[in-house]
Amino acid sequence: MTTERALRTVDMHINVGPQHPATHGVFRMVLEVDGERVAGCTPYIGYLHRGFEKLAENEEWQEVIIHLDRTDYISQFNNELCYAMGMERLLGVEPPERAEYARVILAELNRIVSHMMFYGAFGADVGALTPFLYAFRERERLQRLFEAVSGARLMHFYFRAGGLKEDLPEGFADELRRMLPAVQHGIDECDRLLTQNEVFLSRTVGVGKLAASEAIAYGCSGPVLRASGVREDVRRSDPYSLYPTLDFDVPVGKNGDCFDRYWVRLAEMRESVRIVQQCLDRLPEGPIRTPVPRYPHFRVEPGEIYVHTENPRGDYGLYLVSKGGVQPYRVKLRSPCFCNLMALGPMLRDSYLADAVVILGSLDIVLGEVDR
Amino acid sequence: MLGVLKGLVTTWKTHWRAPVTVQYPDERLPLQPRYMGFPGLMWDAEHDEPFCTGCQVCMRYCPTGCMFVEMKDNPKFATGESKRRKIVADFTINLSRCISCSICVEVCNFEAIEMTHHHERAGYYPDQVAGLPTLFQMSADHRAGVGQKPGHETRNLL
Ligand code: SF4
Ligand code: SF4
Repeated sequence: MTTERALRTVDMHINVGPQHPATHGVFRMVLEVDGERVAGCTPYIGYLHRGFEKLAENEEWQEVIIHLDRTDYISQFNNELCYAMGMERLLGVEPPERAEYARVILAELNRIVSHMMFYGAFGADVGALTPFLYAFRERERLQRLFEAVSGARLMHFYFRAGGLKEDLPEGFADELRRMLPAVQHGIDECDRLLTQNEVFLSRTVGVGKLAASEAIAYGCSGPVLRASGVREDVRRSDPYSLYPTLDFDVPVGKNGDCFDRYWVRLAEMRESVRIVQQCLDRLPEGPIRTPVPRYPHFRVEPGEIYVHTENPRGDYGLYLVSKGGVQPYRVKLRSPCFCNLMALGPMLRDSYLADAVVILGSLDIVLGEVDR
Repeated sequence: MLGVLKGLVTTWKTHWRAPVTVQYPDERLPLQPRYMGFPGLMWDAEHDEPFCTGCQVCMRYCPTGCMFVEMKDNPKFATGESKRRKIVADFTINLSRCISCSICVEVCNFEAIEMTHHHERAGYYPDQVAGLPTLFQMSADHRAGVGQKPGHETRNLL
């Protein structure tokens, strides 16, 4: 009788949330734990809600770009590309070739920067702080290049309907050509530092498995989906911009565990370097902007369109509705992080509490985009 | 064990590398020429008055609403010294709210405003409202530093 009472257990609720050192951004979740195991998870989002979609309805078409920078604030160029393509398709204009190349180069460099951010944060989640410093050293190189291009390190506001704000700075191509081997070397170094580390492997291999069917059912995209073995990439399945002409692989994982999600991103960085290299070799001279009618105001033809791009975090979609006014009638954002986050429940089920943070980290969420 | 050692070798190698960080307030990394800090107002040395006519276009476009502009009749226009009918009377930017987006620069029809390299707003007071003299000073400092002339190629790009 006494032993039975001593063994009675209760589920405990643990708040992992804003102002907790181990979470990403301002994502809060209440974990229900049974001993060491996670029995359930209730996510709370919205701490970073700024009403992006409503704000967009009150700004002029091109001004909205500054808010797009602030949705997924680690992959700004990719977001801008998505919106600029949407406006261009509604207007029926094509950006000049140089602008297309510059856009792809910047978008791919942005992918490297973003995955570096993931690499550093994921290392810290697993308990290794050194990768964080390495990743930021590598990031800094490219951030300074972005600063030279757009004048800002984070909120670039550089892509416009029909091209770019201004031409790439003088000597950009040479500078980048010089830099690429160093970037490649940095990626290799990061790889050496962490990938074969036994401690890292034991924390990530087989942890937070997500089956391919489940990943598809939850609407996952990007590296999370590819780590589960689904070869799906918007750059391939619905090619945009220059991607049909470029030669690159889409790395996929096998098991859909945390390690695969890490590995896929590392492999993607290498592919990005390849893409940048190809674009640099072909970067033409010429105009950077197709003139669009701007007087008395920049307007977009009435119509609606859905555009999506492959962001570092997945399938970033924008649904734009124009009624022919100076402002968008509606901007709807299909956020990859939000959908990826949905898969957190099945991944966390029955995992160890200590792994919960690793699993969350492997999703690489950006709350600016989840909450928008 | 081998993997851990490999990682350690990588870590050790960096011991002989020059540091990439600088001690910030004492040392600073150079800013890129295009760097966008806070906007400043340019001074037309030829007519000895600001370029800005106080037309309020930038104020209406500013996404954070951190600007305040007032217009007045230009006294120099009456005497024929200047071609500007109107001139800025008051111009304030609340730098605490400015997000350095450069929209004001791009919409200005008179090339009167530019993004300066001034970006440090940490101070002892929360009141970070820059008035006309500060804004002129920011732009003058910026141009002295970068060697840029008034006139901005990126105007009217929205
Ligand atoms: S800075 Fe330019 S847009 Fe703003 S009030 Fe002056 S002239 Fe007008
Ligand atoms: S940079 Fe942007 S936020 Fe700052 S004053 Fe100009 S328009 Fe407003």
